[in-house]
Amino acid sequence: MSLASAPSETVPTVYEQIASRGVSRREFLQFCGWMAACIGLDNTASAQIARALETKKRIPVVWMHFQECTCCSESFLRSSHPIVADILLDKISLDYSETLLAASGDQAEKCLHDTITKYKGEYLVLIEGSVPTGAEGAYCCVGGKSAEQILEEVAKDAKAVIAWGNCASSGCVQAAKPNPTGATPIHKLLHGKPLVNVQGCPPIAEVMAGVLVHLLTFDRIPQLDALGRPKAFYSRRVHDTCYRRPNYDAGLFVESFDDENARKGYCLYKMGCRGPTTYNSCGVIRWNGGVSFPIQAGHGCIGCSESNFWDQGPFYQRLASFPGFGIETTADQIGLGLGAATVAGIAAHAVMTNIRKRHDIGEHPGESSDLAPPSAAHEADRPKEDRS
Amino acid sequence: MSRIVVDPITRIEGHLRIEAEVKDGRITDAWSAGTMVRGMEIILRGRDPRDAWAFVERVCGVCTTVHALASVRSVEDALDIVIPPNAELIRNIMFCTQYMQDHVVHFYHLHALDWVDIVSALKADPNEASRIAQSISSWPKSSPGYFKDLQTRLTKFVESGQLGIFANGYWGHPAYKLPPAVNLIGVAHYLEALEWQKEIVKVHAIFGGKNPHPNYLVGGMPCSINIDEANAINAERLAMVARLLEQARVFVEQVYLPDLLAIAPSYLDWAAIGGGVKNYLCYGDLPTNGYRDVKSFKFPRGAILDRDLSKVHEVNPHDPDGIREFIDHSWYDYSGPAGTGLNPWEGETKLNYTGPKPPYANLNVEGKYSWLKTPRWKGHAMEVGPLSRMLVGYASGHAEIKDAVTETLAALKAPASVLFSTLGRTAARGIETKLVARWGLEFFQQLLTNVKNGDTRTFTKDKWEPSTWPASAKGIGASEAPRGALAHWIVIKDRKIDNYQLVVPSTWNASPRDAKGQRSPYEESLIGTPVHDPKIPLEILRTIHSFDPCLACAVHLYDDQGAQVGEATVNPAV
Repeated sequence: MSLASAPSETVPTVYEQIASRGVSRREFLQFCGWMAACIGLDNTASAQIARALETKKRIPVVWMHFQECTCCSESFLRSSHPIVADILLDKISLDYSETLLAASGDQAEKCLHDTITKYKGEYLVLIEGSVPTGAEGAYCCVGGKSAEQILEEVAKDAKAVIAWGNCASSGCVQAAKPNPTGATPIHKLLHGKPLVNVQGCPPIAEVMAGVLVHLLTFDRIPQLDALGRPKAFYSRRVHDTCYRRPNYDAGLFVESFDDENARKGYCLYKMGCRGPTTYNSCGVIRWNGGVSFPIQAGHGCIGCSESNFWDQGPFYQRLASFPGFGIETTADQIGLGLGAATVAGIAAHAVMTNIRKRHDIGEHPGESSDLAPPSAAHEADRPKEDRS
Repeated sequence: MSRIVVDPITRIEGHLRIEAEVKDGRITDAWSAGTMVRGMEIILRGRDPRDAWAFVERVCGVCTTVHALASVRSVEDALDIVIPPNAELIRNIMFCTQYMQDHVVHFYHLHALDWVDIVSALKADPNEASRIAQSISSWPKSSPGYFKDLQTRLTKFVESGQLGIFANGYWGHPAYKLPPAVNLIGVAHYLEALEWQKEIVKVHAIFGGKNPHPNYLVGGMPCSINIDEANAINAERLAMVARLLEQARVFVEQVYLPDLLAIAPSYLDWAAIGGGVKNYLCYGDLPTNGYRDVKSFKFPRGAILDRDLSKVHEVNPHDPDGIREFIDHSWYDYSGPAGTGLNPWEGETKLNYTGPKPPYANLNVEGKYSWLKTPRWKGHAMEVGPLSRMLVGYASGHAEIKDAVTETLAALKAPASVLFSTLGRTAARGIETKLVARWGLEFFQQLLTNVKNGDTRTFTKDKWEPSTWPASAKGIGASEAPRGALAHWIVIKDRKIDNYQLVVPSTWNASPRDAKGQRSPYEESLIGTPVHDPKIPLEILRTIHSFDPCLACAVHLYDDQGAQVGEATVNPAV
């Protein structure tokens, strides 16, 4: 979906802004190349990004907070490449953010009002948090208005909406059973607007930056999967991009936290790791400037970029089974459902691969029953994901 | 008499509304309201206690880690688990990391714009800014050219007409008193701190895999140590932690503290404003001999009443008569009569919204007006946070804390009484950051020594399996979050959470008044505050921000009856 039309005001382009901060053209182009790689594009796209940033005006952005913990804002601020922080804080025009705005009260409300009236159809709405529908909206009010009333008001003339994190995408912890406040994700309340769900609790900083740069550069929302997540960042299972995956294939597992196997960095599947059912970029981009990610630091993935992951616990109970699809399989395809014969074929292949690898490594394997042979029958046990 | 409403209060975590009465240029009464609720404790009921840390960590993403720490401690307390020394040290290092990141971000990004006038920085003399910067610190980014470039960029930003987060600020307000050159330094360090804060949290990524929301574990920490393995905490990972902690110490000592001391002298009038309640509570934290040895804590435990620093009162979180919570002005129901206060062990709550239907202009402050409950310690309204920690440490005769406080007071040429104020609260935060920056390195050295001596344990398997647990157990996990005293109460029955309750720092500070009409710290601290123009609430922001509000933490609910609190219960009319 194209989002063409830039702010009508005469303002410096992103490149002019960056250049005025002493960033060289060479550094700028390096950044464009990095961002292209991040979004999953080939080299030719970096020129396109550079061109776009050189000519586009700063897009007005309003950042709303509803039922949330501000971890998405905090993650966003951790964006690791300085130039990205510059773009997000200065090259877009962040006109409303309860975390950073200098003004409070009436003056803050004026900031919001000015932007959504002056830039109709041109501004982006970024939403952190779910919207409670219980108690006629009284579970979350800002300036005396309910979250639902504010959402309607700010989204009406928005160019596009980004739902940051698990709260806005699927309700997160407050929507876990029994969801006492009626916490509701944005996609269930908002219709007829381009919407991107940037999943995770929180999402990785560079993923947030990447989605924004995509919108800014190409004037369109990125390709999305069936859950509304950008395919560039959510098409691979953590399991398939995990550097500990060879241990899984070889049947080498941690049996208890800090045991000998944990100290060798074996697979955390038996400790409840949700990597096999979680689609995210943790294994590829990693966290905090690529320093680490949960599995690297010895704890299983808890699945925070999946809908309703809080109700898939207990977290330390290993997955009874999971679909044995390869790296090429996307959430879409799982959603469509593969034929049982196909699944059985992959399963047989996986088992054979595992046996061969264990043989090659020559280590004592774990019990074979722990290899979690995938089967089509188990797919039915998977929790139904909300794909509306 | 006029009524001011400030909603939203920005540059905080969460949703806070302040209403205040102003007469003859001063605030005569004030009401603090939390306007968002999620229902975390109801959601926890029936779940595996070992999972609780992950749920409650999501109470707050700004003070991430603190609820995870309190949670694993509560389970370990209930199940009688003693964690290995290395796990305690790693938790302490993560704690110090969190303090440094949180306090620096608070100072520059949440609080500084109350004192630093961005627009004034445009007319500063960069040579003067450089001279001042070099006279207060050896921080290298201080040349005239550096400040000149920054000013040029700032000017272009303002001329673009798109002011972003700085739009509609209170620039030019007569309460801004810094010379233009100091304002320019403030803006420079606002941007530098933004860069720096993402570095220090890499310590969390190394030990906990990510930040915000790193991993914790009941029984220790999940990161194994193996100096001969690429896939564990090894020499490379430890070297990175050392470098990050040292860089943080330098930033705190060469940027944050000199700025604090450069800004404070222009605002000494704020050393007599914003004092608030006169009682201070601190659970203490940073164990040096295990969490059970309270005497070993770097931050001592205790309470001070009526600003009497000659006596530190003993605090016991397990005492059923110590902490009680009231709901007389909160949107909840108790089964007992009005004025009932319950210890969290017997905590009982049902959401019952009785406020105006949104959209509304005013809350009924005579009745119930907040989603926060009102906690009291032995009936007293208590302030928690950096000021309480420094006062309890000072009054306890803790040498390092006493020296650090004395040093700062000497630099400001001010008596100890200035601490009981808005400025004192902001100064106390800086003082403890300096201490914590050193302590983080101390804990790191101890970790290295243990590893060198062959002790690499980070986890105890003892009581990990639910089959080894008693049929029922109760625990409390207490901590000192950056914003103050934090505790979680857990009841475990049949290997599941039967009840889980949090009493958190901003509940102590931001709560509505109690049944006796005693105001809590935010409300009390605003009384007497001068207001130059009721339409421009800069002075209110100064005092409220000095507490570093965190409202997502403060609002929660519990219901030990197990009743589902749904819409029908909340509003029978619907």
